[in-house]
Amino acid sequence: MSAIEINGLEKTYSVGFWRKRPKCALKPLHLNVEEGEIFGFLGPNGAGKTTTLKMLMGLVFPTGGSARILGMDINDPQMKAQIGFLPEQPYFYDYLTAHELLDYYGRLSGVSGKELPPRIEKVLERVGLKDIRGVQLRKFSKGMLQRVGIAQAILHEPKIVFFDEPMSGLDPMGRREVRDLMEQLKLEGKTVFFSTHILSDAEALCDRVAVIHQGELRAVGAVAELTSGVQGKIEIVWQGTSLPASIKALGAECHVTGDTVRAVLSEESQDLAVDALRRERLHMISLVPVRTTLEQYFVEKLKRSEKTAGSLA
Amino acid sequence: MNQRITSIASNTFREAVRDRVLYNLIAFALLLSGAAVLVGQISIDIEKLVVINLGLTAVSLFGVVIAIFIGIGLVSKEIEKRTLYTVLSRPVRRWEFIIGKFFGLAGTLVVNAFFMAIGVFGALLYVAHKFQAPDGWVLVALYFIILQFLIICSLALLFSSFSSPLLSAVFAFSLFVIGTFSEDLRNFAAMATGVTKWLATAVAYIVPNFSALNIISSVAHAQPVPSQLIVYNTVYALLYAGMALCGAVLIFQRRNLK
Repeated sequence: MSAIEINGLEKTYSVGFWRKRPKCALKPLHLNVEEGEIFGFLGPNGAGKTTTLKMLMGLVFPTGGSARILGMDINDPQMKAQIGFLPEQPYFYDYLTAHELLDYYGRLSGVSGKELPPRIEKVLERVGLKDIRGVQLRKFSKGMLQRVGIAQAILHEPKIVFFDEPMSGLDPMGRREVRDLMEQLKLEGKTVFFSTHILSDAEALCDRVAVIHQGELRAVGAVAELTSGVQGKIEIVWQGTSLPASIKALGAECHVTGDTVRAVLSEESQDLAVDALRRERLHMISLVPVRTTLEQYFVEKLKRSEKTAGSLA
Repeated sequence: MNQRITSIASNTFREAVRDRVLYNLIAFALLLSGAAVLVGQISIDIEKLVVINLGLTAVSLFGVVIAIFIGIGLVSKEIEKRTLYTVLSRPVRRWEFIIGKFFGLAGTLVVNAFFMAIGVFGALLYVAHKFQAPDGWVLVALYFIILQFLIICSLALLFSSFSSPLLSAVFAFSLFVIGTFSEDLRNFAAMATGVTKWLATAVAYIVPNFSALNIISSVAHAQPVPSQLIVYNTVYALLYAGMALCGAVLIFQRRNLK
């Protein structure tokens, strides 16, 4: 059984005041997320990521299709007791302290009175807020609010955790901590579904990703799968400041930094380039294949889909 | 009542307390003690009448203002600030949220009215030096005021479930004003003819009948309250508030939280 099964889920809003016209926020989406994986839901702003998450959380009603989480309907309260959700740029009741907020959410999630206090302590410690649990949230910084948001999402020990843009607005340390936490959740056997437009995070964390653009799913797969075999280039680094003409002739893109030179050229030219360096008696430091980053893949994908949309228009 | 409803209700109550809503009690206490001292000096034999009239009217007006201004934001503020997302993504049904909010606000108003009632009885004791049997009817008038609060809370919630806070405030306040004169509207309907009669009758029955719930004047004149009226008003207020809450739930069940 998949942790999340999305079958043709779609959403069309009516926009305009007098003359209502339909605006498609999400075209029929088919997607499966397996148990225990970290799944990245990628796309630029306005792609339909948050709409999808809101439909899965029962906040927005789909105009078509269906979805099941842990084999249960998305509106089933039993299912909701087993999921956690962190919305984008979360805002909480600022008149409450972190401890009071977690107590409130714990009760809403059905955690019993005896079990709740130790869980709150544990989760506050886990997100590093134990020392300020008695401070009202109105005095919290954005990063601290994000930690509270994470705490409320994992407090009731859900099987699946949904994060909507969990890194947005965080400093590098904060992002690192969220990444570590997601990895820990995976180690605990939980499924993590998170939306982001920060591709480096997705690349570092995800078992699989889905790319969505203009409300349409463009690709799904493991990061390595999506980025493999796209470029076929190598990078050679050598010591020195000179740029042999024979390497330039191979069409290499070269950059001189201090006393090292970095050249990127096609895989076929690899042997010729190595020979040229030997002839020039230059000391080679490294030779590695250039891996397409998720960002390059993503940009390429979006460019292609925009071209297709343009040609259809 | 289930744990989710009580949690939402107590959180709503806590919000009102922390937002210093109960500070209105200070204004009320100042008003009432000032009035008690003043009427003790300028009126002869009608001190009690003035204190009961002024005190209960103030309890009613302070409560109505609080009910409207908190009630209109109960749902819309949670949507606007997106605090609702983390509530409804839990095993909380939408109707539980509405009912919890209603009880939270109603509880706030009851606590507020309780302290104000102590103030009213304190002022009564100050001007009359002792309590008399008819003073007990003041408690019935307070009970009717609380019934009014229940209706206004439910209406504010109903409007809050589909419109902006400003429009909700306009709707709720208009209904309060029209409902206060509903008896006059019924009298007008009885005298009118044709379409006007139909329209006036329809409006008179749709708007809440706050006239029947307002017995301040008769209580101030130490007139007893028939038990039938207590039963009728209780049933009427509970039914009216119940229907308004059902409307709020029906609308909110279908609402997309964009």
